[in-house]
Amino acid sequence: MIAFIVRRLVQAALVMLAVAFVSFAMFNFVGDPVANIVGQDTPADQIVELRKSLGIDDPMPVRFGRFVVNAVQGKFGLSYRTTEPVGRMIADRLPATLELSLVAAIFALVAGIPMGVFAGLYPNSWLSRTMMTVSLIGVSLPTFLIGILLIYIFAVILGWLPSFGRGDTIKLGFWSTGLLTVSGLKAIILPSITLGLFQLTLIMRLVRSEMLEVLRTDYIKFARARGLSNRAVHFGHALKNTLVPVITITGLQLGAIIAFAIITETVFSWPGVGLLFLQSVVYADIPVMSTYLVMIGFVFVVINLIVDMLYFVVDPRLRAQGRTSGSK
Amino acid sequence: MTSPKLLEVKNLRVEFPTRRGTLVAVDDVSLEIAAGEVLGVVGESGAGKSMTGAAIIGLLEPPGRIASGEIRLEGRRIDNLPYHEMRRIRGRQIGAIFQDPLTSLNPLYKVGDQLIETIQTHLPLTHAQARDRAVKLLEDVGIPSAAERITHYPHQFSGGMRQRVVIALALAAEPKLIIADEPTTALDVSIQAQIIQLLRRLCREHGTAVMLVTHDMGVIAETADRVAVMYAGRIAEIGPVQDVIKRPHHPYTVGLMGAIPAMGHKAERLTQIDGSMPRLNAIPKGCAFNPRCPKVFDRCRVERPDPMPAGNSNAACWLVAKEPAHV
Amino acid sequence: MSLLAEYWRRARDSDIWYSFTRNKLVMVSAAITAIFFISAYGAPLLAPHNPFDLASLDLSDGFKPPVWEEGGEAKFLFGTDDQGRDILSTIMYGSRTSLSVGFLAVIFAMTLGIALGLIAGYMGGAIDAFIMRVADVQLSFPAILIAMLVDGVTRGLLGADKHSQAAITVLIVSIGLSYWVQYARTVRGQVLVEKNKEYVQAARVIGLPGPLIALRHVLPNVLGPVLVIATINLALAVITEATLSFLGVGLPPTQPSLGTLINTGQQFLLSGEWWITIFPGAALAILVLSVNLLGDWLRDALNPKLR
Repeated sequence: MIAFIVRRLVQAALVMLAVAFVSFAMFNFVGDPVANIVGQDTPADQIVELRKSLGIDDPMPVRFGRFVVNAVQGKFGLSYRTTEPVGRMIADRLPATLELSLVAAIFALVAGIPMGVFAGLYPNSWLSRTMMTVSLIGVSLPTFLIGILLIYIFAVILGWLPSFGRGDTIKLGFWSTGLLTVSGLKAIILPSITLGLFQLTLIMRLVRSEMLEVLRTDYIKFARARGLSNRAVHFGHALKNTLVPVITITGLQLGAIIAFAIITETVFSWPGVGLLFLQSVVYADIPVMSTYLVMIGFVFVVINLIVDMLYFVVDPRLRAQGRTSGSK
Repeated sequence: MTSPKLLEVKNLRVEFPTRRGTLVAVDDVSLEIAAGEVLGVVGESGAGKSMTGAAIIGLLEPPGRIASGEIRLEGRRIDNLPYHEMRRIRGRQIGAIFQDPLTSLNPLYKVGDQLIETIQTHLPLTHAQARDRAVKLLEDVGIPSAAERITHYPHQFSGGMRQRVVIALALAAEPKLIIADEPTTALDVSIQAQIIQLLRRLCREHGTAVMLVTHDMGVIAETADRVAVMYAGRIAEIGPVQDVIKRPHHPYTVGLMGAIPAMGHKAERLTQIDGSMPRLNAIPKGCAFNPRCPKVFDRCRVERPDPMPAGNSNAACWLVAKEPAHV
Repeated sequence: MSLLAEYWRRARDSDIWYSFTRNKLVMVSAAITAIFFISAYGAPLLAPHNPFDLASLDLSDGFKPPVWEEGGEAKFLFGTDDQGRDILSTIMYGSRTSLSVGFLAVIFAMTLGIALGLIAGYMGGAIDAFIMRVADVQLSFPAILIAMLVDGVTRGLLGADKHSQAAITVLIVSIGLSYWVQYARTVRGQVLVEKNKEYVQAARVIGLPGPLIALRHVLPNVLGPVLVIATINLALAVITEATLSFLGVGLPPTQPSLGTLINTGQQFLLSGEWWITIFPGAALAILVLSVNLLGDWLRDALNPKLR
């Protein structure tokens, strides 16, 4: 078990190094950012000064060393666009994105799993069929289109919910939260539904097909033959066996949610890192782009580690395998 | 028969509606099991043996359904009970053992928890009492250091040990009847005899009746009190095991007996029945066995025989009809 | 001619044709997809107006609602946008751009994926390990993110002006780069199966180039799965393109795709001119749904071991 964790940590570190290398390569090989910052009539000495302050003219090994050392300390240099420290820009906006992603993920799980269980238990009921058809449409609709539709219905026509922004936020130390104010809660509804809908359909379809498969197994038949109640058979024996794939996909999707937040944040003008990343792409603001990449890479690696750990909690067979392969 | 009837199946018919018409998997089957008795049910794959067992315990896989006939447990009709009432009978009155012990146990739960869950579903015991009973059951089925093994997961048991756990689970609430569907087929040959003996011993101790479904005539000969031979969804012959084996009346039973290697008859060739059992969608008119029967005559091809007395047994064959119709 | 007839007869006897004719939903999807193709690529001939002919635009035609609404005009079926362009025509021209980018991106991804899959499977060893590790890492990042990174990097390399001139190419490359993994995996798996078969060994013995032999036998075997992946990828590529254009990092308003149209229309949504964005949005959704349904069906019909 410990050997397994260590091995996974080493793998995670390697992936992070690879991501950091790609980030650094972006710094190195992507052309002159100064042209993006300055106007055409900027004096030449001002340009030189700017280049110096941004550290662009230093030799490559120096820049590489600086990149690694700074990255470990959380310093990612200055934005080409705003000349602010990138680390702080990201830290300021991270709470907004994480809150949005978390609410979206919870929405997807809390709605998706029961819907999937229902569709798996009663595959022929009209409700299941309706859910499956609607979910196929949901998979085909691009995220931004869902956002626009929701805005049109709930903000423009009905006027119930705001169409942009985070509402009022409260500072809790370094964390600014919108979850403690009424306007903040109202503001997060549409974006989190937009962001979570695709994941919801995915989880629902996955749970359904896993449920159908598990319900056909001998141990479910045997559990019924022992006279266990429906609830024990469906939610004790069947659901737990569907969890392993659900954990995998949900874990992977959590990363995807944070990335898809780029789109949702743009549609709803949500002040998170996704919106920041989009602006950096438009302005070719390489420091922000590469920092975002490192951050996303880190989130993915952490999620993957957590998913691996969860397997051990759920599936005793893996625990045994981990033990035997660990002892080798 | 002196002992009271525990289970009575009358004219059971199981159908599978499919897109290309309805298949009759079990057709007009009647049988009885007395308390504590072991009834063997033999036949080839698809003869309807497992289907009969599934119908009795109320676990036919949809779209399969009981089309007609009735099933009575101690005189009470159970084939038309609502789901939640039938659930209380399963495990408590009728237990079941399936073919493959490797897949019969939920891999994610400790065997002890699966036992305790089953015990507490049916018996008013506290968790501690149920746990004691679970340990006792595991000891009964011959699992060494049961108190410790109770915390193990199914994958930590060998195939034979798992089938012992399955038997313990089936016996957990002291059912009066166990339906054992090919309980040894998936096991190593060397373990098969042990498991059959264990099952027989436990059922005798607890006074549990068994419906033993198998395609192994040898197992039946060793274990069963009575035997029902099934062919193409119907009962070909049913009677005390010694009578059926020594004096088979139905040509199909005769053929089956010819296919068993007998000890001490090395020189004798094993015989084999020509052809194969018809598919459910192509059961011939008259006696289902007629195309393969060495003694077929005209009546077999037009009229279907019902089981009729033949010695101590009943056989569904025109050869044993009291007034032979053939001229 | 008779050869053509022969093919037609064989196609009609095939299982695929049978399953096609039995599935109404798939037939409707195929019809819708075909209509999209015809109206997109025939747009210069079929479209009621040419929205890019500045001479024919009249600002006084701006913000006309669809024909069935109060104030709609018969010559503008789905209404007009702020500059008086006919929405139906812009959708037709826009779908052409969307479909073209989608197709070319899929072809690019397919070529890249097949090539890398062949190399990985055939060479084995460190090269294989390297390619497949890259594939693994890339697969755990969403395609849209990779496409945006590629787009941002090229923007940095080319500068904003050149970037917008080369927008379509950049878009095709960045979408293509984000979808090669599945092809590579499929092809590599098949290569591993074929590589050890005797004919490849035999070909090597008599001095024929092994890769060429493998290629000739691998490609027919992966045709089914690759076709399925390509169909589903076409839908994904169209969505990705639309998303990027919507976010403003795809095609510029001078070369509008469906995504660009939705993006420019979005600003009028709040003021009530819903048709400018809703119609292109509906067109996009219907197109993607039809292609997805076709892909799903194709997967079941060809039944390759894909999930």
